[in-house]
Amino acid sequence: MSVPVLEKQFVDLAHQSETAELGIWGFIATEVLFLGGLFAAYSVYRYLHPAGVAAAAAHTKIVIGSVNTAILLTSSFIMSWASLAASGGESRLAGRLMWIAAALGLTFIGLKGIEYAQEIGENLWPGAGFSLDTAEPKVGEVFYFLYWVMTGIHAAHLLVGVAALAIIGRRANSGAYSRAYHSPVRVVSLYWHFVDVVWIFLFVLIYLPGRSL
Amino acid sequence: MPRPPRHIVFAWLGLLALLAGNIGLAFAGLGSAAPLVHIAASVAMAAIVLVVFMELERGVSLLWVFAGAGFFWLAVLFVLTGIDYWTRYSFAPS
Repeated sequence: MSVPVLEKQFVDLAHQSETAELGIWGFIATEVLFLGGLFAAYSVYRYLHPAGVAAAAAHTKIVIGSVNTAILLTSSFIMSWASLAASGGESRLAGRLMWIAAALGLTFIGLKGIEYAQEIGENLWPGAGFSLDTAEPKVGEVFYFLYWVMTGIHAAHLLVGVAALAIIGRRANSGAYSRAYHSPVRVVSLYWHFVDVVWIFLFVLIYLPGRSL
Repeated sequence: MPRPPRHIVFAWLGLLALLAGNIGLAFAGLGSAAPLVHIAASVAMAAIVLVVFMELERGVSLLWVFAGAGFFWLAVLFVLTGIDYWTRYSFAPS
């Protein structure tokens, strides 16, 4: 059953939804800067040590990385469909689609876990036991430090997104949203797409260098 | 069985095609041009997600300001950081 909730500070539901959307874009802007520092650090390091970074990146698991990228792009497509369904008043369809998107997110995390386990087994965790068979292993160690931090932060964001999708998806599945009020689906959708955009760049920077060496 | 709107299906297929192209080019040996080519393809992919999936083109003007502010400051971060490293050796004492 659709039960729109108009908070007292807003004129109408449209005003409330517009404000919520503006809020999530403001949050995304802060996230861009938060992650931007790490991307800038990576860029400087790659500029200073192009060969060492390429040699280290060639050791990442490109098959898992590529499959995971396709999974995340597909989840974004499903989430976009869910958002459009909710705005068209099809709340239950939106809910089912959001669960599919959440399941794809969990699949991504599962594959990432397998990848992490393989890398730990290959001593690619920075520290005393780190080893990498390249001409510049110390450069490789810093690359893998950035790799673990950046992909770890991304995975944390993805888990938050999965939880949000599950909660809002459950509400949508019970028919909570309508043409007039579907703002929560839209806000979660924007967050999920942002996490996808971050991964699009992470994939290129982490998995693709050094493949033609 | 409900079907997805066609424009998001095309966007999804476009994204997968760009991903496949990017992976293929990584093995093609583009040399020093490789990073630029890969980043250009990624920017195209991000633009598809922003415009089609995030429906940025339908947003109000203020929303564009909020969305643009993050990327503007990101550009400032990269340019100022980059200028330091790109010019650092020019000022080394002789």
